[in-house]
Amino acid sequence: MITWVKGGEVVDPRRGTKRALDIVIRKGKIEGILPPGDFSPSSDTELHIIDASGMMVTPGLIDMHVHFREPGEEYKETIASGSQAAAAGGFTAVACMPNTNPINDSRSVTEFVLERARKANLVRVYPVAAISKGLKGESLTEFGDLKNAGAVAVSDDGRPVTNTELMRRAIEYAWFFHLPVISHCEDLDLSNKGVMHEGSISTRLGLRGIPAASEEIMVVREILLAKLTGYPVHISHVSTEGSVKFIKQAKEEGIPVTAETAPHYFSLDHTAVIDFDSNAKMYPPLREPKDVEALKRGLSEGVIDVIATDHAPHSALEKDVEFDKAAFGIIGLETALPLTLALVREGVMDLPMAIAKLSYNPASILNIKGGIIEEGKEADLTIIDPNREYVIKRDSFRSKGHNSPFIGFRMKGKAVITMVGGRVVWKSDELNPSS
Amino acid sequence: MYRFSHKDLLGMEQLSVSDINMILDTADTFMEISSRDIKKVPTLRGKSVISFFYEPSTRTKASFEMAAKRLSADTISLSARDSSMVKGETLIDTARNLQAMNPDIIILRHPSSGAPHLLARYVDAGVINAGDGTHEHPSQALLDLFTIRKKKGRIKGLRVVIVGDIAHSRVARSNIIGLRKMGAELTISGPPTMIPADAESLGVKVVLDPAKALKGKDVIMILRIQLERQSGVLFPSLREYSLVFGLNAELTKGAKKDVIIMHPGPINRGVEITGDLADGPSSVILDQVRNGVAVRMALLYLLIGGGRFDNLG
Repeated sequence: MITWVKGGEVVDPRRGTKRALDIVIRKGKIEGILPPGDFSPSSDTELHIIDASGMMVTPGLIDMHVHFREPGEEYKETIASGSQAAAAGGFTAVACMPNTNPINDSRSVTEFVLERARKANLVRVYPVAAISKGLKGESLTEFGDLKNAGAVAVSDDGRPVTNTELMRRAIEYAWFFHLPVISHCEDLDLSNKGVMHEGSISTRLGLRGIPAASEEIMVVREILLAKLTGYPVHISHVSTEGSVKFIKQAKEEGIPVTAETAPHYFSLDHTAVIDFDSNAKMYPPLREPKDVEALKRGLSEGVIDVIATDHAPHSALEKDVEFDKAAFGIIGLETALPLTLALVREGVMDLPMAIAKLSYNPASILNIKGGIIEEGKEADLTIIDPNREYVIKRDSFRSKGHNSPFIGFRMKGKAVITMVGGRVVWKSDELNPSS
Repeated sequence: MYRFSHKDLLGMEQLSVSDINMILDTADTFMEISSRDIKKVPTLRGKSVISFFYEPSTRTKASFEMAAKRLSADTISLSARDSSMVKGETLIDTARNLQAMNPDIIILRHPSSGAPHLLARYVDAGVINAGDGTHEHPSQALLDLFTIRKKKGRIKGLRVVIVGDIAHSRVARSNIIGLRKMGAELTISGPPTMIPADAESLGVKVVLDPAKALKGKDVIMILRIQLERQSGVLFPSLREYSLVFGLNAELTKGAKKDVIIMHPGPINRGVEITGDLADGPSSVILDQVRNGVAVRMALLYLLIGGGRFDNLG
């Protein structure tokens, strides 16, 4: 059987182009990329036509930062439900952070994650293993064995590695295996059990604040460690103007750092907390308008390489409580694409650049396949209706978590088909493709 | 035509100048009841008030209960010790259970900022915030406004200074909002470790040195130093705090002659204020407590009745 994605606008993030092209897929791989009208299938071919006219066809989106909660907290999310959320959001691949229970600091947990992903059989799931055993920040995990088992990166995400010597050695040791090191930047002493950004709103609400410097101190530390060792570090969820400035400066000096931010940091600011809405509580916290602007500049100037969601599902048990007792984190897989497309309409980035941050760039950092549309490659594709308008509803999430600050938001742009290895794993209800 | 239309009192933020004047005027009429021989009117007969204190409190709890009883409401009081929170029940579950008993008002004191806002989303009863974390304590601010108005005849244009741990004080926060709304000029003062981030965004002037901050002031509000904050991070010792920031007779000389000194209580004598000042002629600390009952009667009356009752007994 041949799948013919017909009449779409194909976005190539690597070349930075957007062109009307047809894509022909056979046996899960891209067989041909042709100008419209050039493809003429023989009459006896079994043909599945996807009418992509008016749509954008992009490489399958890749989210390099999700929490799927399995093993251990399956009531919040499972690898299966998380995979459904990913597919519905247009993602064909995700990287799962290791702060599960048990923690992914061993081959057996890495293999378990991959096994669950195989059973879910929707999107590609890449485990990220812990840097330190038990996320305790004391001793390194077995990077080599973890890589062999299928881990694509190491991170103690959710916690910083407070011991600078250990972080230095992690960066050095990981390089031997070409494992990217992903850093959660936070000075825990300075965060001082804060629950939101320290500023005028925390002052008004009487909530304990987390200063911007709590993140920036560690960003600077990681930059200095990358410089010291000469090996790369990837900075997670950048949220402040200062972090953008320091990363920019580091890149200009040729220090090997890469960085990501999450859609909520460029879409919302700390005023979202005003009604004590625990769905606006996450680490790092939502910052100030000047930080939002700096992040947009950082995205547009290429200082921030990646948009990743930090998808962190929680149940009502963790969220429907007093603000200071609520868990940190929000879901993001099903809102990331429209929030990013809003930046494109705003003129912050052109579409290929935005798609690069959601596909090609994270694939390059993690050394995984995907992020490009090329003959002979796996047919991981996302078909996007850029004009579809809809309102985010609490009960419309595929994720088990409903902890989103974007409920009630009007969005524009939606993944209508998500295809992994030539197989459609998500199709929007309202889509009516001819076949 | 103005009408008091709130069901809950979650903070001073929600109140307009007319609301505040209405509460203070109503409290004025209730002052008289408290001086009667029989201090009870039937206004809220058949209404039920639950006071729910997750944190220890003497003054506020007694004041609210006294207010409810003087209006003939039925009162029940729960504390964290006998609540099912110690058995692991969430605030929302507790709220639903209380709501099932159909009270008219729930008065909540809670260590988490925003807890009354959460409660109010889950109950039909009116919710009064009797102090939430380091956020607000609106009934305290209202009784402070009432006391100032009584002593000074006005609030607008008065120069007020608040000294102490502003960052962690719900009394300060509510007073700042209330006093600003009523047109007072506000200065805050204290060690830099206790001045909140972006303090000016609250509409106040920050003058760290108390001697300078007190100059020419009509009202001095002293905040309680919470002994539990004595970790040595915010300030080194009570001794040094009282030496540098404690209010004493010498310091108050810079203020206006007819300055009034306020304190929300309980006082740490010899720490944030000397005993002789607390007991001296400028102190209105006990007036604050006295007025508190009338102000809380006014709150219960307005929130339950929405201004619909005209029989004040």
